[in-house]
Amino acid sequence: MKITSAHGSGGRDSALLMRDIFGRRFSNPILDRLEDAAVLDSSPFTHGRLAVSTDSFVVTPLVFKGGDIGKLSVCGTVNDLLMVGAKPLYLTCGFILEEGLDVDLLDLVAASMAETAQVAGVSVIAGDTKVAGYGGGLCVNTTGIGVVPPEREVSAAGCEPGDAVLLSGNLGDHHACILSARMGVENEIKSDCCCLYDITDALYAAGVRIKAMRDVTRGGLGTVLNEIAASSGCAVSLREEDIPVDEAVRGFCGLMGLDPLYMGNEGKMIAVIDGRDETKAIKAARKTQNGKNAVLIGQVATGNGVSMQTRLGGTRRVDVLYGEGLPRIC
Amino acid sequence: MDIESAAVLLKSYDGPRISVMEVCGTHTAAIFNTGVRSLLSPKIRLISGPGCPVCVTPTTFIDRCIEIAKTENRVVMSFGDMLKVPGSRVSLAGARSEGGRVEMMYSPFEAVARAKRDPGTTFVLAAVGFETTVPAYALAIEEAAALGLENIRLVTALKSVLPALKWVSENGEADGFICPGHVSVITGADAYTQLAEKYDKPFVVAGFEGEHIVAAICAIIQALSGKRGVVRNLYPSAVSGEGNLKAQAVIDKYFERGSAFWRGLDAIPDSGFYLREEYARFDGGGRELGDDGAMPSGCLCGDVIAGRADPSECLAFGGACLPENPLGPCMVSAEGACGIWYRGAGSEGW
Repeated sequence: MKITSAHGSGGRDSALLMRDIFGRRFSNPILDRLEDAAVLDSSPFTHGRLAVSTDSFVVTPLVFKGGDIGKLSVCGTVNDLLMVGAKPLYLTCGFILEEGLDVDLLDLVAASMAETAQVAGVSVIAGDTKVAGYGGGLCVNTTGIGVVPPEREVSAAGCEPGDAVLLSGNLGDHHACILSARMGVENEIKSDCCCLYDITDALYAAGVRIKAMRDVTRGGLGTVLNEIAASSGCAVSLREEDIPVDEAVRGFCGLMGLDPLYMGNEGKMIAVIDGRDETKAIKAARKTQNGKNAVLIGQVATGNGVSMQTRLGGTRRVDVLYGEGLPRIC
Repeated sequence: MDIESAAVLLKSYDGPRISVMEVCGTHTAAIFNTGVRSLLSPKIRLISGPGCPVCVTPTTFIDRCIEIAKTENRVVMSFGDMLKVPGSRVSLAGARSEGGRVEMMYSPFEAVARAKRDPGTTFVLAAVGFETTVPAYALAIEEAAALGLENIRLVTALKSVLPALKWVSENGEADGFICPGHVSVITGADAYTQLAEKYDKPFVVAGFEGEHIVAAICAIIQALSGKRGVVRNLYPSAVSGEGNLKAQAVIDKYFERGSAFWRGLDAIPDSGFYLREEYARFDGGGRELGDDGAMPSGCLCGDVIAGRADPSECLAFGGACLPENPLGPCMVSAEGACGIWYRGAGSEGW
């Protein structure tokens, strides 16, 4: 069955979509009331501050190696909450469906969202569906709500000279996976799409003093570290040999003229931590599933900007990403 | 020579001043990414060559593509890097915001697929590239012909690097060349022999790792103090003497050579690839696109492409000309020297 404009009418077809797909996949006591708005018990929020984040997701192809737009839309928003030290609790989701979309594909996406949300410990408590245009695609917006415990204080502006930079794993997997699919290049590269709660939980549980966290999404590591350096009024120095990139991804980047430092990831983060907690942090991160390849890649120093000691022994300035990071022609 | 002794040689070099041209943008990017410049003696100058297909594409080509994009039932398909390059009035991206139908493609085969699905629209490829990309256009035309499609065209600004190297050897300042890596895979290392002998300059084929580039510069220094006009292939894992004969054959089947205008250089004989007479039904023009006159006012891209000036010598560099708001083509492309210099060294330049 395909999505038609009737599914966006608010009538019986919309109700069936809600019952058969979203209601079935996301079922929980708050959503199941099917009221106009979700009504939340305020008790989780009494000890701590409220964190809210929203993100919209557009990706071609909708299903890729290692994930799909549904998983992506949950991980992206959950990770944004985690990066401010929050415990994610609730998600809302808005779907823009194009006419011609296969209903089975929508169900697959919803199932994937539900599974990812369950693993991350969040409930989908409100949602909306609209049908627009013809093309068979879909976009998702998710908004996440979480709570930041009183003792946690993380901010991109909070870094100081002497702090260490921890990266949770290999760079470039998601970008290389999506680009391979779009360009029809056959390879085994999988997206790293995942929720990073296991790493943040492990770091906090180990008592690591975390100054700042960022998920390394669009713009890549280079852009994220420049933002942190600028916000904190410090410099960041990196060691190229410590920055992990999978061999297949490195080969693909070489072929396409792309730099892993500027490639998007969907399951990687950096944490800037008190330099004295280096050993504790790396031990804790490496015990987790999503942080098993975690490494310390550099330090915060006095000065400004981001620089890198290259494998060859030279130095390189690492700027923000300009433009879109397109494959080369030549 | 191991990498340590090569590094010592480059840092302590105290012979005559030399200029080494890295012809292709991928090498320019690799030089910044690996920090090679920080390892060189001040007597070794690296200059960036004309090896960015986007940068050498004349404004007349962009203007022509914009004109097509604004014609009914025509869609122009272009690689992403071309979209922001200024034409005489606006870029292709600018034309799109004015209602022109311009779409970004990752591969020419996307246009074939679109043409098959939508027979009422003619898909016009803004065909830009060197020997590395030309075979993909040839194979796309082969597929279009096999499918019997009549709604696909190429506007060509496809170029061959070797005639441009001849021009640079005669008009530029380079004492030796790091040959374009990917182009060499297609042409083979032997293709440079004639140029090396005629102009008595070393041509070294190298890969893109820092070690490869260091080795190539050492090989050029060694050649300059001995037999100068030599070709050295330091990238034998990818580049053979004769090159990729299959790719050469497919280029030759669909394209013939003719004079082409290189932005910043000149009209160079035999440096353009144009569709052969047999495939005229796919030909959307290109031969007629000539000299577009001056660069934008205050832009030194012409001198940068020819290796006569470093990007940082341009007064607009990092001021009036920035990656997010480029004045000239070399600041736009990921392979353009100015953009790479700006990203790699900041507004002060190297």
